[in-house]
Amino acid sequence: MPSNSSTRALRLWQIGLLLALLGFWYVATSPTLLPPLYFDDPNKAAFFFGEPLKVFERMWDWFASGTIYAHLWVTLLETLLAFVLGTALGLAMGLWLALAPTASALLDPYIKALNSMPRVILAPIFAVWFGLDIGSKVALGVTLVFFIVFFNVYQGVREVSFTVVANARILGASERQLLRHVYVPSAMSWVFASLHNSVGLAFVGAVVGEYLGSSRGVGYLILQAEGTFDINAVFAGIVVLTAFALLLDWLVTLAERRLLVWQPRGGETEKI
Amino acid sequence: MSAVVPALALEDISVTFVSPDGGRYTAVRDTTLEVEPGEFVSVVGPTGCGKSTLLNVAVGLLQPSAGSVRVFGEPLAGLNAKAGYLFQTEALMPWRTARANVAAGLEFRGIAHAEALRRADDWLQRVGLRGFGARYPHQLSGGMRKRVALAQTLILDPQIILMDEPFSALDIQTRQLMENQLLELWSANRKSVIFITHDLEEAISLSDRVVVLAAGPASHPIGEFAIDLPRPRDVAEIRLTPRFIELHTLIWHAMKQEVLKSYAQQQLH
Repeated sequence: MPSNSSTRALRLWQIGLLLALLGFWYVATSPTLLPPLYFDDPNKAAFFFGEPLKVFERMWDWFASGTIYAHLWVTLLETLLAFVLGTALGLAMGLWLALAPTASALLDPYIKALNSMPRVILAPIFAVWFGLDIGSKVALGVTLVFFIVFFNVYQGVREVSFTVVANARILGASERQLLRHVYVPSAMSWVFASLHNSVGLAFVGAVVGEYLGSSRGVGYLILQAEGTFDINAVFAGIVVLTAFALLLDWLVTLAERRLLVWQPRGGETEKI
Repeated sequence: MSAVVPALALEDISVTFVSPDGGRYTAVRDTTLEVEPGEFVSVVGPTGCGKSTLLNVAVGLLQPSAGSVRVFGEPLAGLNAKAGYLFQTEALMPWRTARANVAAGLEFRGIAHAEALRRADDWLQRVGLRGFGARYPHQLSGGMRKRVALAQTLILDPQIILMDEPFSALDIQTRQLMENQLLELWSANRKSVIFITHDLEEAISLSDRVVVLAAGPASHPIGEFAIDLPRPRDVAEIRLTPRFIELHTLIWHAMKQEVLKSYAQQQLH
């Protein structure tokens, strides 16, 4: 474990790097500070890359006026629904196919095909099926999340130690109890391993869905800004999305710590 | 013929494995083994002689290719409900705490959660793990995990206890402690035990009877020795008595050829 002081030094360096990048962005895109390096017009850099202060100003406006909240809420709701539904479906299918070899053998080529397909391309179809409201975005997110969870659960169940299963059987576990007390807990650790990925992809599904056609959501905000060449608003949207993606990721880490206490962690040496 | 019905009888058991490429491997051939109620029997033999295979047949995890298994006179169908099994490798559920692991069998049998946990605590205390109930298996040492596994099996009060080299992964001191503890628990409430080991000293110091298996493949018993050492025993001390050394010499003499055979076969592969 790194000591506290070295962790703090690392944090300072990380913040320093961020400030340096922002400073570079500011200096390089300001129409007045430097003579144009590449573009023939001093305003062109700002047009293409935005200006950090204006990006922050835009974000400030969004949060101060409260216009962003409705959009954020929609995007987060889509993410959450896609995540929950995709995980539940993946878990159920993964458990079923891992424990039913015949069905698994039958469906194997179809699952491989569906997984290899670039599923983002389904967005227009979902828009037709489920309309431009949140339904189509959730559907897209579900297709992305499902496969990650599915493959992890499938793997997880297959890799349960034979001895643990045999022992539980001998201790008197029925098939149902085996599922509940052995297969599901074992699969859950694999689900959690994939949780960071699935939350990220649920978010991707929501935003891409909005971007391709919607009337609400942060993806919609970005699409609108792009339509008016408002590059600062596009960047502001990206920053807000990134911040919320990090927040979701952090929440997953918290959940993981609480639910997977039984797993050994690196550097944990306490025994006795 | 003994008048008592044996607790467990393996009759003319043969086990042949068929590999996917069509190869055949006979692990055990024409093996008969009986265990009386309350008897502690050890099965010794060189590595790879099919000791574990026999145990898997006895508990019902494996169907024999030929022969039959009788449990208190009844033919065995499915898993052996009267048997507890202590595995050689880790068999605890890593997502359950020690006490929840010990309580698992009771819960599977429909005993209320609180009652099961209360009895689990009692058993943890009996195996010397009082205060360790809240720990997960990865937070316990190898010896402690074995104690938990022992409690997990014994809490169900099985009539027959099958043990597959349960202490082979432990260091010698921990091992002797565990052996003494096992004898103490067993003598309080004598059940039938089949104890598989490759360690002859362990076999003699624990058992009423030692069965020697031939080297595999197609292993079968080649000798049976009654161990007339007095009980209660201390496994560390009994090894120093003249009778122990006599028995050891006798059984080792019978085993030696088989160990050499098994060793020669491993050299070939």
